[in-house]
Amino acid sequence: MTRRSRLVLFVIVAPVFAALFFLAAQGLPSFGSEFHPYGDRAVEMATGQRATANVVSSVNFDQRAIDTLGEEFILFGSVIGTIVLLRPAPEERETGLRSAGRVLPTTRLAGYLLLPVSVLVGLYVIAHGQLSPGGGFQGGVVLATGWHLLYVAGRYTALRRAASPTVLEIAESVGAAAYAAIGLAGLVIGGAFLVNFLPTGRLNDLLSGGTVPLLNGAVGVAVAAAIVLLLSGFLEQEVVLRQTEEPLAGSSISTEEPLAGSSMVADDAEQR
Amino acid sequence: MSPTVQALPPLLVVVPLLAATVLAASGRVLPRLVIDTVSMLSCLLVLAGSVMLLNATGSRRVVSWLGAYPPVDGSSVGVVFVVDRIGAGLATLIAALVTAVLTYTWRYFDEVESYFHVLILLFLAGMVGFALTGDLFNAFVFFELMGAVAYALTGYKIEEAKPLQGALNFAVINSLGAYCSLLGIGLIYGRTGELGFAQIQRALAGQSTDWLVLVGTALVFTGFLVKGAAVPLHFWLADAHAVAPSPVCVLFSGVMVELGLYGVARTWSAAFSPVLPAERLRPVLMAAGVVTALVGAVMCLAQYHLKRLLAFSTVGHVGMFLVALGALEPAAIGGLAIYVVGHAAVKGALFLCAGIVLNARGSVDEAELHGRARDLPATRVCFLLGGLALAALPPFGTWLGKTLAEDGLSHAGFGWTDYLLVGVSAVTGGAVLRAGLRIFLGAGAPPGTRDGTRGSGEDPETTHHLGRIPVTMLVPIVALLAGGLILGLVPGLPVLAQDAASQLLDHTGYAAAALDGISAVPPPAPAASWTLSGLLLGGLSVLLALAVAAVGLYSDRLRRVFSQVPTVVTLPFRALRTAHSGHLGDYVVWLLVGVTLLAIGLAAT
Amino acid sequence: MITLPYLVAGWLFLVGCYGLVTSRNLVHTVACLTVAQSATYVLLLAVGFRAGATAPVFADVPVGTRVVDPVVQALSLTDIVVSATVTAVLLALTVQIYKRHGTVNPDELRALQD
Repeated sequence: MTRRSRLVLFVIVAPVFAALFFLAAQGLPSFGSEFHPYGDRAVEMATGQRATANVVSSVNFDQRAIDTLGEEFILFGSVIGTIVLLRPAPEERETGLRSAGRVLPTTRLAGYLLLPVSVLVGLYVIAHGQLSPGGGFQGGVVLATGWHLLYVAGRYTALRRAASPTVLEIAESVGAAAYAAIGLAGLVIGGAFLVNFLPTGRLNDLLSGGTVPLLNGAVGVAVAAAIVLLLSGFLEQEVVLRQTEEPLAGSSISTEEPLAGSSMVADDAEQR
Repeated sequence: MSPTVQALPPLLVVVPLLAATVLAASGRVLPRLVIDTVSMLSCLLVLAGSVMLLNATGSRRVVSWLGAYPPVDGSSVGVVFVVDRIGAGLATLIAALVTAVLTYTWRYFDEVESYFHVLILLFLAGMVGFALTGDLFNAFVFFELMGAVAYALTGYKIEEAKPLQGALNFAVINSLGAYCSLLGIGLIYGRTGELGFAQIQRALAGQSTDWLVLVGTALVFTGFLVKGAAVPLHFWLADAHAVAPSPVCVLFSGVMVELGLYGVARTWSAAFSPVLPAERLRPVLMAAGVVTALVGAVMCLAQYHLKRLLAFSTVGHVGMFLVALGALEPAAIGGLAIYVVGHAAVKGALFLCAGIVLNARGSVDEAELHGRARDLPATRVCFLLGGLALAALPPFGTWLGKTLAEDGLSHAGFGWTDYLLVGVSAVTGGAVLRAGLRIFLGAGAPPGTRDGTRGSGEDPETTHHLGRIPVTMLVPIVALLAGGLILGLVPGLPVLAQDAASQLLDHTGYAAAALDGISAVPPPAPAASWTLSGLLLGGLSVLLALAVAAVGLYSDRLRRVFSQVPTVVTLPFRALRTAHSGHLGDYVVWLLVGVTLLAIGLAAT
Repeated sequence: MITLPYLVAGWLFLVGCYGLVTSRNLVHTVACLTVAQSATYVLLLAVGFRAGATAPVFADVPVGTRVVDPVVQALSLTDIVVSATVTAVLLALTVQIYKRHGTVNPDELRALQD
């Protein structure tokens, strides 16, 4: 189809879709209704038997923990998939990393100051997933942010040495495997896969919710490692693209539009 | 029900997941042999477990509440796996195909550590989970797990342009379809306040069929039918199948696409059937099936790219599957179940043969390969036999399944579908035979150059061009063909399949098993068996296939006649070819067209 | 009868689709896909809303307080992670497409024309 005919067809079909969706929405309970049978049961289970103050965590990591197992492995599979897709092609094998350029001292200072804060926040968010909004996914992302603060501060090569892709891949695998293993432990101890087999404690205690905090911890490790792996994969592509390719005239990705956000290479280029 | 059996369904998902993490963590240091062995062992474990489940699900279902949240008064906060014969059978098929793929790839992809195996194991887990789950949102999660891994597997050959574009088209269209499903799940959840199939079914019982139900189910089905490649949601399929590594295509064509149709059948029967009577769904599925079958057959004939040709033959077969499913009768669906297994075996063997040709000759282009694969005798025999089996040669499983489906459709009052099923299997089988005769025997003249996606200039998937074909690559091909043949000869299989289909359609029994712990025995199905006329129809479609192949090979004169046919006649065909543009924007518009047609179709009937 | 929040979901989905249909840059395409997906968050959360209720977290409110539906929130969380990771795979494909095709304009990708 030409651009025009594609657009014409869209303009014909989109209103039909909109009308259908409108009619369907009229059949839903009014916005803000009291009709939430599953939700009510989940709240009762979480606050009663399971002693998990954050009901969303109870649903995610206990009542419907199998969903989160799947989700965890979607993350795992996507990271492996991204690594596979971004692996160096034969002609890119020689690409080395450039050393960091000049970083403003204030940037460096800010990076160093914020690092402990973000690590602490990350750990806090992971550890309190059963009590307050947060948990493994959110905290894991915050932890990964800490890593990137060091990156912004210009310590990329040191970082790569400290946390090589191999180490990160192992961490990610261990985190994902731990989730599955806790599920299996439930099968052995409690008789059903992913059963909450630990004592649940008292509502609002730090150690409450049974296996919920454990699963959150496993997810936290996996997510932090996964995000770092993903971002470093894309940042390296940025280097590859800049070093090996002349930007094509008229192409949509040009030097003004870095693919992976601002990276140190981009900063270098501007400062020189 | 013994606790061991109840523990099986989640284990079938977790074992490959754990094996994948082990391989990902240690793949850099483990020797290739260990990686192959670990993945093969975990896959064999899944296969063994699936067979155990198949045995345990005779007339009853295996119900496994995850996290031990058994229902109280028919409601629960947990997620349930409900396994019946069809679910267990699919899990067995999936595990068997993955075993074949892992054997075939013993020598594949040397350069990338263990990643290929990790992805295949995750794919296995996603597909098995989708086949076993009894919860709408959980089905979405496994659907996405399947998807995310499949996109990466499609784009595996990053050195080439085509796989990347094919993977992107596949990923965007499938993701958009999945989001349609999720919108539908949101609508259904708003109405019922439940997510389990059985709970939704009970909540919907007695309600009227209003727009929310119609649009909600249409949206849920859209995601599944994108995976299931129903026209006009099928465009991604040829793009992805043509470029993905051949062993991956075995899984895509053999079972992933069929899982989309399974998703429709399962969610309809277990969850939506109280408000969406069969009379509404039947014409929609049948119409989609007829169009899909015809588009697949026509496009299949027009291909010279071997894997793309096989991909369109899958579209054609999916159309026939949709027609058989559309009957929504046990007899036709029983035949369909056998047909799906037979098709998976045969199509799998054909894709693996194409992989051997690619690795030995560096091309999958029919014109370029003209007579160049004469010296691959084993592959030649397998490929041509596969072509005949695809055209429903008795007594292959494809024939048995097709003839049973035809009988079931005729009894349900759809006798006209005989013509469609015979015609489409003849055309797709004939196209495969044409390509096979040309490549392996040098028959006919090499076709002239033409536009379109060509199969030349593709890199082989092994590190070197193969000299001698390793036995690990031939064994799975022979095993798949043998399996497809034996399937047609198992005595009593038609009755077993029909029982399984009755179980699939028995929605009250499903809910009772899931929520009340009652395993009701469905009424025994009447004796099903093939008939003489079925045998004759099988012979007919094979003869027609040979005719189609002969015309394709020796019809230069015919083609010249065709070129003088007035444009009015050829216009639809040319328009059809143009529609397969490889352009993402086009495909998105077609998806919207598909979802609105589906909703309007359900409403209008 | 209030249905406007549900309709926002339909609107978002169509806006995302419009972007996908007219896109001239694959990075933009991927972003439009996430716009279309955000429709699912809006719909799920809107369906789970209860008028005048608070978040389903009982850290500083007593048990028995009216709360909104926690299940849809859990589903949205899962959905978000799925979206983020699939986006990563899509962007990785886009990077490689740029290298192999020399363009990220869908109109210029012609390798798979039939």
